[in-house]
Amino acid sequence: MAAFHFTREPIDTQALRMGLADPACGGYATFEGWVRDHNEGERVRGLEYEAFEALAVREGERILGEASARFGIAHAACAHRLGELAVGELAVWVAVSAAHRHEAFLACRYIIDEVKHRLPIWKKEHYVSGDSGWVNCERCAAPAAHTEAVTPPGRHAHKHGS
Amino acid sequence: MATALAPGLTTAPPLYGLVLAGGRSTRMGRDKATLAYGDGTPQLERAMALLQRHVTHAYVSVRAEQSAEPVRARFAQIRDTHQNIGPIAGLLAAQARHREAAWLVLACDLPLLDEATLTRLLRARDPARTATAYRSSHDGLPEPLCAIYEPRAREPLCAYVTAGKQCPRKFLLSVDTLLLDEPNPRALDNINTPGEYGPANQTVIGEHAIQPRNLTVQYYALLREQAGRREEALQSSARTARDLYAELAARYPFSLTPEVLRVAINAEFADWSTPLKDGDTVVFIPPVAGG
Repeated sequence: MAAFHFTREPIDTQALRMGLADPACGGYATFEGWVRDHNEGERVRGLEYEAFEALAVREGERILGEASARFGIAHAACAHRLGELAVGELAVWVAVSAAHRHEAFLACRYIIDEVKHRLPIWKKEHYVSGDSGWVNCERCAAPAAHTEAVTPPGRHAHKHGS
Repeated sequence: MATALAPGLTTAPPLYGLVLAGGRSTRMGRDKATLAYGDGTPQLERAMALLQRHVTHAYVSVRAEQSAEPVRARFAQIRDTHQNIGPIAGLLAAQARHREAAWLVLACDLPLLDEATLTRLLRARDPARTATAYRSSHDGLPEPLCAIYEPRAREPLCAYVTAGKQCPRKFLLSVDTLLLDEPNPRALDNINTPGEYGPANQTVIGEHAIQPRNLTVQYYALLREQAGRREEALQSSARTARDLYAELAARYPFSLTPEVLRVAINAEFADWSTPLKDGDTVVFIPPVAGG
């Protein structure tokens, strides 16, 4: 299994965890992003993820490489779900093993932040009300309703979810 | 536009456009006005299109016997009233027709003329001078056939011709011409012979690359829904991803502007201004929301 991968099946964290085991490592940090039942005042029924996989896998691998180079960790991995997910399901999983906890925590945080900012992955929310919308796109398309500061292209900050 | 005006002038005279297509194309051996570069557009048509962006009235200067030629016949014409005095004939006839106007004169055989060169000339125009022109990057002399002639140029030009002279460069040297440096040293290369045509045409094709290319466009998320498809193969003359998005946005109800998108070419992030090549796969990336 590549260090970064997409899956349409539930993420098997127990199996993936084994890929980071290393006798030289004393620290293991993970981050799990789950589907939440609300966002920006709307009750969320479920999510749909879509990705430009060829580019996202390359960029995901680059992020993991950057984390290794920057923090000197031993192993890093990331898995991201695609397709329809229900509330409570695991959407994204990041894991890092390192000699010590400090760099494991830092690297884990770095990876999830970069994944959210840089990977061509899109999320459509389905609301309890029956509406749906592409997160971060609908408001870009309607500047009049935009109440936040404009985010530069490629750095679309994303405040909610995981 | 310059603000200095001649005494008595409160506004700059209106600017009209004139493309000179009354030549005999003797050295080329073919009519230069209908000669095509790059995408096959005849030179006269290209020059008129450049002019029409900047002036309210654009004319083509012709000799009487050329007026029915199909490319020239598409445009408003001004016929020469003098014979065998070269390009000055076209300007004299135009000035006689509209004495109140300043004339932006272009030769029709400048295939490398670009928008930047024209824009700079227009911005630098000084209506208080007799003319505004470029200094040739080749010999430092005025370039008379991409220049602006103010109404006050009419009388000295008539006198010049009456005195038996016909060289427009020497005319510009004899009056108070504002001379500018060219932003692009090749922009005013005029192409007179079959030997010059080939290399100039290659330059046009290379720089402007407007041959249609086979491209694949893939759509994701909101753009996929708005385009109503995941992927399409198309032929496009768009030079860059930016041009391509503009072309597609005219076809589909895209709500996202390029400012909020990124672009990938062949599955790598790319700059919007990257030239597109035949066979490229282009993806426009809406604001992302992973995790």
